[in-house]
Amino acid sequence: MNQPFQLFVEEHRDAVARFLVASVGPDEADDVLQETLIAALRSYAKVRTGGNPRAWLLTIARNKAIDSHRARVRRPVPVAAPDAGSMPGGFGDGPDEELWAAVRELPPKQRAAVALRYVNDLSHREIARVLNCSEAAARRSLHEGLAKLREEWA
Amino acid sequence: MTDALENRLREAGRAIAAPPPDDDALVERALAEDLVDVAYAHADSPVGELLLATSPRGLLTVYYLDRRDEDAVLERIAKRVSPRVLEVPARLDETRRQLDDYFEGRRHEFRLPLDWALVGDFGRRVLGRTAAIPFGKVSTYGEVARDIGSPGAARATGNALGANPMPIVVPCHRVLAAGGALGGYTGGTERKETLLRIEGVLG
Repeated sequence: MNQPFQLFVEEHRDAVARFLVASVGPDEADDVLQETLIAALRSYAKVRTGGNPRAWLLTIARNKAIDSHRARVRRPVPVAAPDAGSMPGGFGDGPDEELWAAVRELPPKQRAAVALRYVNDLSHREIARVLNCSEAAARRSLHEGLAKLREEWA
Repeated sequence: MTDALENRLREAGRAIAAPPPDDDALVERALAEDLVDVAYAHADSPVGELLLATSPRGLLTVYYLDRRDEDAVLERIAKRVSPRVLEVPARLDETRRQLDDYFEGRRHEFRLPLDWALVGDFGRRVLGRTAAIPFGKVSTYGEVARDIGSPGAARATGNALGANPMPIVVPCHRVLAAGGALGGYTGGTERKETLLRIEGVLG
């Protein structure tokens, strides 16, 4: 990587933060973002991002998001009644919050594919790059994720 | 063909706002894990806004920001030293303090470790000799060239001084042309005059 890290963060931080707000929720996003940026900084001098530094950073974010999900599953979390008003962070609207909560219930690959598609506007090829799978597999994950969501929201 | 769900997701996706950045927390963590190879900060001075950068080994650069694009400066450092470049004002506190002291007449000598990573071999000899020119004294390109054992290299010496990445701290402003002419200066001759005036060399 040749770009000074400070400028790299300035360029990509918001996109990754938004992905994390969708993927792990507004409460966890800040912590997971910090984990992501520190992990990126650790390998920053050595890494070759193959011309797509944002995809590289999103890959790290996605892996940190998985770690965060696993940790939450192990930890018992009190379930609060959904608030009709606004949530702290990214979700002003009640209905949006429920939608993203449903997205977060999807299996990891589908969750990531949906978030990358609808928050970051990534193409199937770019999604495949972040998920480290084939373009066909990325397409499938996205398709299956949408199908599952439709079962709830049809 | 997109359906209602996809439209909903698209709208909801666009509506997500990034939470405000917490640079302090990131920097703190980066410092704690020893991941900051180059720290930089801005500093005000009587000769304009400066960009200061330092490595764990010492001061790397002092740039006049009205003459150089900040991003270009940082990119050069990223290429020549390390891309792990972060804005960490605290790391430049001591440098800024000494610069303030110098400009306010309280300090004649800088006591700062220097990192010569941005300077080649010949430049190192030239600037090393230049660093020894005391406050309030001057030399010439020819004299410096002779002092480093390259008497025929006055022009190369001038170029090396022009490429000084640490003006003010490494006092290339104290090196004049032959015959008392001011000579050039990376920061522009007005700045050279200001610095020499501060040191009492010019009236």
